[in-house]
Amino acid sequence: MLELLKNLLSWLTSPAQWSGPEGIAARILEHLEYSLLATLAAAVIALPVGLLIGHTGRGAFLAVNLSSFGRALPTVGLVTLVFLAGGLSVWPVYVSLVALAVPVIITNTYAGMAAVDPEVKDAAKGVGLRGRQVLWQVELPLALPLIMTGVRLATVQVVATATIAAYVSFGGLGRYVFDGLAQRDLVQVLGGAALVAVLAVVADLALGGLTRLLFRGRPATAR
Amino acid sequence: MTLEWGWFPDHADEMARLTADHLATAVPAVVLGLLIALPLAVLAHRVRPLRGVILGASNILYTIPSLAFFVLLLPVTGLTRTTAIVGLTAYTLVVLVRNTVEGLDAVPAKVREASRAMGTRPLRTLLTVELPLALPVIMAGVRVATVMSISLVSVASYIGYGGLGQLFTDGFQRNFPTPVVAGVALTLLLALVADALLVTVQWLCTPWRRGTSRQRTFMRRKAA
Repeated sequence: MLELLKNLLSWLTSPAQWSGPEGIAARILEHLEYSLLATLAAAVIALPVGLLIGHTGRGAFLAVNLSSFGRALPTVGLVTLVFLAGGLSVWPVYVSLVALAVPVIITNTYAGMAAVDPEVKDAAKGVGLRGRQVLWQVELPLALPLIMTGVRLATVQVVATATIAAYVSFGGLGRYVFDGLAQRDLVQVLGGAALVAVLAVVADLALGGLTRLLFRGRPATAR
Repeated sequence: MTLEWGWFPDHADEMARLTADHLATAVPAVVLGLLIALPLAVLAHRVRPLRGVILGASNILYTIPSLAFFVLLLPVTGLTRTTAIVGLTAYTLVVLVRNTVEGLDAVPAKVREASRAMGTRPLRTLLTVELPLALPVIMAGVRVATVMSISLVSVASYIGYGGLGQLFTDGFQRNFPTPVVAGVALTLLLALVADALLVTVQWLCTPWRRGTSRQRTFMRRKAA
């Protein structure tokens, strides 16, 4: 075990391992590219849907159950299926990652909107705000903390799951995990896994920092 | 992509076997997760300084890619079902611990104090007052953990205990989508059935929460 840790440490710290087109630095960039693009695409799809469901109150059943469906959908199966259907392209990776992230963001966005005090909405209407103004100026700011929680959760899951890109022959940190498995090289597998975990934690902390920045100046109760 | 419908009846036996295999990995993982999460959550709830540590640790477990987790366990538990179960258990912890802590936090302090004032000992208060009241939130966590585990079992196909995930590997290697579709559909179905079962269990376990939704809304309004 100690030997393994020592090997892992030297694997992670050797400069040769970090440079070049197949080095760790390049793999991290690839991993970030998949994760960020997928999360961004998911947010572009999910945020309007969640806001709409929350604002109109229609489709709440869908919003609540979608997250359960999303969790039940096996990502490995989905990526295999899209791969077999569409052939060798990076699409299966994005489709699976977006499918993973969309339900999480929709459900949390809806939850945030649903948690807005109805009296506050009434008051906003009472002072003459139109439906759209209520949405943008009252509901959205109040729902933002929960919406951001959803985005953070989705990001962590996407970063951790982006390893599957390597399963369908693409890059990212999953390369180390799958190549290591094929070569029976445990150090490489663990190194890749550790890097993914660190990346996920860093992404979570970065988004947490961003959230705090957004809510600077708000009273603690409204965060 | 075309499906070969003839494949389904021909492989009914295999699908049934893999479904049973799937459950044999997923169910023990959730049970084990619950057995570990409950004491940890009670500890996090009672001992404030430990709270951040326990919640943080279960969060970090969640960020490790599931496949790597299984590999990490290989030197310890080998190519056995235990590896798959232990890996999945680790994943259930994040939801189960968080929900249990939240459930316990939501028990009104007055209820706890009343129970103590009547002379009920702390352990008994926990078992007969706090945990039952926290049950809905805990069960919500169990539902999420179960659905997640059922979906994640397929990752363990890499070490040979993937249940229905075996169909993904099979289809992938033979460039044959039909088993993959079957695997995805059965996994979804299994998750749906398990979730419905848990909802029923929760309904049976919390008779005091029954009644029509209108009655419940009325009670809530009255309480507020």
